[in-house]
Amino acid sequence: MTTKLVVGLDGHESGERALAYAERLAKLIGDCELMIVYVVEWSPYSFQTAEENAQRHKRREEEISTATERVVDPAVAKVTAAGIKATGKVRHGDVSSILMAVAEEEKAEQIIVGRSSEGGFAKRIFGSAASNLVMHASVPVTVVN
Amino acid sequence: MNNLGKLMLLTIASSALAGAAHAQEAMTLDQKVNEIFAAVTGPFVSLIFAPIPGTGFPWIVMWLVIAATIFTIYFGFVQFRFFGHAIGLVKGDYSDPNDAGEVSHFQALATALSGTVGLGNIAGVAVAVGIGGPGATFWMILAGLLGMASKFTECTLGVKYRNEYEDGTVSGGPMYYISKGFKELGLPGGKFLAIMFSIFCILGAFGGGNMFQANQAHAQISGIVGDYPGWITGIIFAAVVFAVIVGGIKSIANVTEKIVPFMGILYVGAALIILLVNYDKIGWAFGQILGGAFTGLGVAGGFVGALIQGFKRAAFSNEAGVGSAAIAHSAVRTKEPITEGFVSLLEPLIDTVVICTMTALVITISQQLIVDPATGLYQLNEAGSSIATVGDVSGVALTSAAFGSAIGWFPYVLAIAVVLFAFSTMISWSYYGLKAWTYLFGEGKSSELTFKIIFCIFIVIGAAASLGPVIDFSDAAIFAMSVVNIFCLYFLMGLVKKELRSYASRLSAGEIKKFKH
Repeated sequence: MTTKLVVGLDGHESGERALAYAERLAKLIGDCELMIVYVVEWSPYSFQTAEENAQRHKRREEEISTATERVVDPAVAKVTAAGIKATGKVRHGDVSSILMAVAEEEKAEQIIVGRSSEGGFAKRIFGSAASNLVMHASVPVTVVN
Repeated sequence: MNNLGKLMLLTIASSALAGAAHAQEAMTLDQKVNEIFAAVTGPFVSLIFAPIPGTGFPWIVMWLVIAATIFTIYFGFVQFRFFGHAIGLVKGDYSDPNDAGEVSHFQALATALSGTVGLGNIAGVAVAVGIGGPGATFWMILAGLLGMASKFTECTLGVKYRNEYEDGTVSGGPMYYISKGFKELGLPGGKFLAIMFSIFCILGAFGGGNMFQANQAHAQISGIVGDYPGWITGIIFAAVVFAVIVGGIKSIANVTEKIVPFMGILYVGAALIILLVNYDKIGWAFGQILGGAFTGLGVAGGFVGALIQGFKRAAFSNEAGVGSAAIAHSAVRTKEPITEGFVSLLEPLIDTVVICTMTALVITISQQLIVDPATGLYQLNEAGSSIATVGDVSGVALTSAAFGSAIGWFPYVLAIAVVLFAFSTMISWSYYGLKAWTYLFGEGKSSELTFKIIFCIFIVIGAAASLGPVIDFSDAAIFAMSVVNIFCLYFLMGLVKKELRSYASRLSAGEIKKFKH
């Protein structure tokens, strides 16, 4: 049976490290597939103006295509070139819950994320989102330093 | 002519007399604006508020209440039967996780609420209680509960018949469901009625969604910093609104959208604290509300006066049947238009039954309305048009005095709340008005800019004019929207019923399931 690993990317250097580690792990495992996930931070309980609501669908499509083009597709291409099976996904929501949900859906063996002291996405990973992931995920979580 | 109209004329007449007495003093800019405005809008206001022949009851209030009652019965008390389901939808229990990132039910509701929760809840209620006495509250709550069914009807249609453009943006609202729905049913005149609605919607956006807000925001600010000309407030407001809607400075709107809900919670919280501190008077206050609802307790116009004021201010506050909410709610992403209808029925409940009632209770309990010790009835002011109050205030100033009598510093918080509520309501209505405008004149940069500039000009006029004419025009314009909207809803409600039947049977058959989150 193919072993599945979920890799959380952030578009930064820390994500690259997580991906590099996942690649190495996949080679060691052999029959392995990587699920590369980018999460667009989003809450259904935020407040927006009527105009933002009217344009939301369009913005969402734009967010998905930007993340796919800039982060997910290059990552998938990179590991595929190294001879590893990989698929990419862009999802909206809370980072840790989405990574956990994908791991459950795909029956993944573990979740791999990078750790970074940089701002942006990495900060979110290592804000309460990271502790949530480590504490609540139903599969083992690897945090790459 | 209704009482308010008479009051308006009296005000104009007395200000004209005062002006004659000081002939050497030049008329101020505010007075000029006020006079011209009252003269121009007078006939429109009198038509909308014309009484039913032989009674003093404005036909428009009857129109709204009858509609809300018919929808309530026609949909089998949908507001109570599907109340729990509506909560579940807002919580996201039925939202597909794969749709994350789209407008959620919660967001559509929050956006619509930020358009309706505003000065209607603070100033409008004070006007109702000031004229109609505490009894007006009873009719306001009743109108709020019935209005939930009107909201349900219009918002379901709003989502069902919205326009979805290729670039992924949406436009919805009564003008779209009227023209498309009538076409679907093979009825004539859909396009004409949609145009009528759009015209009234633009006027409503200038009136209740703009001038009334600017006017009361100015009243609140000048109440704290001292009197100064209204046009100054108007220009400042207009500049900020211009920056947001024309300049696209989203950060201002975003900050407001985030603060407004907290202001709402703070407002209700403060009201609850005042009620708790005066817990011994709550029973008495409800007695006043119930007693006044049927006897009037000596207010202007007796119990009919209380009823008219209650219904009128409820409709103005929650906008049920007006059609504005259908524009706001139509942005939600859902395969089932009716789900947004269920969610929208929570709006009059939060707006009217909860927030308006809080305001009314605080005004009643704080005893700002003067009672004649001899008779135990409310004392009228000198003009006999409303109840005499401590400090002779009305509108937002009355609410402010009521809260201030219990919590000394609260008027300052209220001033900030009023300014923010006014601002967020203006932003919402600028969008409603714009949608109606683009429906008439087509979407395009220059057409949109024209509307936005006119919108900003009306802010200045609204801040400069006095409350009487502004509140009359605001009411008239918003109620005119309901004339067209409700007329069309009667033809279209069968379509909603079909949706309701289908959805209800699938829900009870277990086909509509909650998602695991």
